[in-house]
Amino acid sequence: MTTANGAPTKITQGSKSKGGIGESTLRPDGTLKVTGEFAYSSDMWHEDMLWGQILRSTVAHAEIVSIDVSEALAMAGVYAVLTYDDLPAEMKHYGLEIQDTPVLAHGKVRHHGEPVAIVAADHPETARRAAAKIKVDYKELPVITDEASATAPDAILVHENRDDHHIGHVPHPNIVHRQPIIRGNADEAAKKADFVVKGEYYFGMQDQAFLGPESGLAVPEEDGGVHLYVATQWLHSDLKQIAPVLGLPEDKVRMTLAGVGGAFGGREDLSMQIHACLLALRTGKPVKIVYNRFESFFGHVHRHPARLFYEHGATKDGKLTHLKCRIVLDGGAYASASPAVVGNASSLAVGPYVVDDVDIEAIALYSNNPPCGAMRGFGAVQACFAYEAQMDKLADEVGMDRVEFRRLNAMEQGTLMPTGQPVDSPAPVAELLRRIKAMPLPPERQWESSEGSDVRQLPGGLSNTTHGEGVVRGVGYAVGIKNVGFSEGFDDYSTAKVRMETVGGEPVATVHTAMAEVGQGGVTVHAQIARTELGVAQVTIHPADTQVGSAGSTSASRQTYVTGGAVKNACELVRERVLEIGRRKFGSYHPAWATAELLLEGGKVVTDGGEVLADLADVLEDGAVEIEAEWRHRPTEPFDLRTGQGNGHVQYSFAAHRAVVEVDTELGLVKVVELACAQDVGKALNPLSVIGQIQGGTTQGLGIAIMEEIIVDPVTAKVRNPSFTDYLLPTILDTPTIPVDVLELADDHAPYGLRGIGEAPTLSSTPAVLAAIRNATGLELPRTPVRPEHLTGKA
Amino acid sequence: MRVNFTVNGRPQEADDVWEGESLLYVLRERMGLPGSKNACEQGECGSCTVRLDGVPVCSCLVAAGQVQGRDVVTVEGLAEFAQQRAEGGCASGACGTAGAAGTTLDEARRWQAKGADSQTGEGVELAPIQQAFIDAGAVQCGFCTPGLLVAADEMLERNPNPSDADIREALSGNLCRCTGYEKIMDAVRLAAARQSEGV
Repeated sequence: MTTANGAPTKITQGSKSKGGIGESTLRPDGTLKVTGEFAYSSDMWHEDMLWGQILRSTVAHAEIVSIDVSEALAMAGVYAVLTYDDLPAEMKHYGLEIQDTPVLAHGKVRHHGEPVAIVAADHPETARRAAAKIKVDYKELPVITDEASATAPDAILVHENRDDHHIGHVPHPNIVHRQPIIRGNADEAAKKADFVVKGEYYFGMQDQAFLGPESGLAVPEEDGGVHLYVATQWLHSDLKQIAPVLGLPEDKVRMTLAGVGGAFGGREDLSMQIHACLLALRTGKPVKIVYNRFESFFGHVHRHPARLFYEHGATKDGKLTHLKCRIVLDGGAYASASPAVVGNASSLAVGPYVVDDVDIEAIALYSNNPPCGAMRGFGAVQACFAYEAQMDKLADEVGMDRVEFRRLNAMEQGTLMPTGQPVDSPAPVAELLRRIKAMPLPPERQWESSEGSDVRQLPGGLSNTTHGEGVVRGVGYAVGIKNVGFSEGFDDYSTAKVRMETVGGEPVATVHTAMAEVGQGGVTVHAQIARTELGVAQVTIHPADTQVGSAGSTSASRQTYVTGGAVKNACELVRERVLEIGRRKFGSYHPAWATAELLLEGGKVVTDGGEVLADLADVLEDGAVEIEAEWRHRPTEPFDLRTGQGNGHVQYSFAAHRAVVEVDTELGLVKVVELACAQDVGKALNPLSVIGQIQGGTTQGLGIAIMEEIIVDPVTAKVRNPSFTDYLLPTILDTPTIPVDVLELADDHAPYGLRGIGEAPTLSSTPAVLAAIRNATGLELPRTPVRPEHLTGKA
Repeated sequence: MRVNFTVNGRPQEADDVWEGESLLYVLRERMGLPGSKNACEQGECGSCTVRLDGVPVCSCLVAAGQVQGRDVVTVEGLAEFAQQRAEGGCASGACGTAGAAGTTLDEARRWQAKGADSQTGEGVELAPIQQAFIDAGAVQCGFCTPGLLVAADEMLERNPNPSDADIREALSGNLCRCTGYEKIMDAVRLAAARQSEGV
């Protein structure tokens, strides 16, 4: 079998400068990406390969009466058509935590776009046409679309025979998971409140909208196994779900990370992985599957839409008294990451504030809406939208400045979370708010300059809808808290294999992990860590695959912390081994080998005083030192199922935003003029990448504030806008300048003091924009995204 | 159907092309040029942007048959294209008429996609806009990058001294989901500044 074209190769990056942590070194894959040479999963190619196509349900909830594949199978160029009945193993379901998702629908479909059959053909269009020839007879069932229909006395159960570990504590089988957080006595504390503010909020369904579509290539291997090249966020989690369904041991399913075009949570769940492997194993030929954008909207989970009911109290001097809240997340047809999203939404429902008396409940529903799961911010986003709206209302009631009100109630190091867990690293919430407020504001009437007025700077832009008439400015603030890493007792480890050897007289380090580089720059950081720890200039990044232990997921802002920590740890072990070799060889020549603290720097063994003891090339000679090791952050605990108490999180990340908007109140058009962010990152391992993450996360928050929403028909539960024509993403015209103020307060528990940073900026961006629009218009705006009709009163 | 056209100055022939195949499909699947990307295939994201007789187009919206006898420049040929322009030659495609583009057949035959040496631009010939994207941190996942590079390079060709509003207008057909566009703005400003300084 020839090799797959586009299979990733090692990338070696040399550096003229030291290139260690703290420097803005450039991406090792940058050249490949700007020349078009970088092979993404959709670019994979193999001689004799077939194309796979998935047939998806056209209705949301139905019994499958019959499936007739005969016409499809008879088409020239079609090699295989598979349905549930063709699945080869006992295991026919998969799932991140609960294996409730059928590989292909069995007897029933539970959401619009559920996979029913798969086709392999010699041209993608043939495969599409063949899939269209499959006849599926559906008998439609009533749809469950919200909490009322899910928990109605006569509600159909979305999953009839649940045996997962949440079923014992949920109030209804159509509720995936429920997590209360009870601390103090909210009812008693409410009596101390001079002001009580209640609000009901709605957060729309957001799509990750990564640009690289779900895709990959499955190549059958001679030993009866399969090699899958795929874009994912966690190779080993995929492997664990794929192998049982194929009826293969894990060592017969080899996985290599193909180029990933963004992820943002949408690649945590499987998409085309099993389907491609099934078709490859059935036909004996390599099979490539590439979703188009329409299919991508059905092919991955989305951010949970949420209804949030909040009641806060405050004393007349502005101190928060209590919080009662209820968060209802719609998990859709399958569980995906819903239980963990519930854990986050409940445990972070208070936000970065001190509130001693809380009564919180979060639930996720099973419904016939599209399945929802991980997306950047993961449950903390929805809560932040609500509690920040509440903070503005409370400040107004008390008669305080909105930022000062937040600062007065801000948590700090030592504050107890509502779970009873102390915050044991810096929590500079008040400082971030101070900084964001102190930033200079963009000039009023910014569309005017000495050269006249530029319509492109106004709401409506080139549509030329206003020259400033009816345009009102507003300013809004928000701050948020996100947990870093997997919580609630999850064994959240990473593995790194580091090799050090001499090549051409130069010491070279090779870093091999299974970390999914999805664009965040983990590969850049790994090379920096290796340079810092091993004192080498050249670092080779090995392609990510399952030939090395798990690196966990590229999510939860955890990769630099955990896999970065694993790389650091493996480098330290390699360094120890190298120094042992050095001591053995040269120890007798210099007493410092035994007495001094030794470092590897500039390709040499040096003392902490800077004295050179040996060249690494002489220490290593022709030998290599290679160590693979797992690394773990501090363990966490599950939350108590009744009280929510427990040390559930390992680290927190904080960001604050200030939004400046201009609203055309006549047409309901919004121009975000500036969206400034202040964030504590602990330690910026690569400042350029840190700012890139903050600006990118901020923009995704902007998207859900004013434009992005998957519209699901409330009657049919069908998705109405599965395209980039109808699902609107921020363009460069919609996105303002994003000044960033980075604070670096070390977390002593984390490698280099760093803090996971990827998600926090997505939290506070949305409520800041909403607050600014409210400030401009005086409207309440309890839902996001805001559409023109909400601003003109025509909704 | 057979389609003959030039890609990055090199004559190409595609056989057995289906009527419905797009230029993007032919480039990616028949010519081994997957640099033009397939993010939406409906003309909304700009990730497949190429130049057709000098004009930036979404190659997903161009039927393969429409490019018969015409010149296409993709991200794989951008460095060469920019170099020829800088040398004062009329780079292939930029002059509008096929065949009159100043690239001799011999030169075209010598063209080949440069294998990157993975040294972050060290030792690889890049167009100024490509180098600027690397230097400014405008590349994250990189899926939007090829289309943005082709679009930004074309804008700088027309308007070497763009205002921020000009840049935003010119790139408004290219979606990026990772960066929030700020570093892309920086990269285009950087390329424009280097161009005006003759760096």
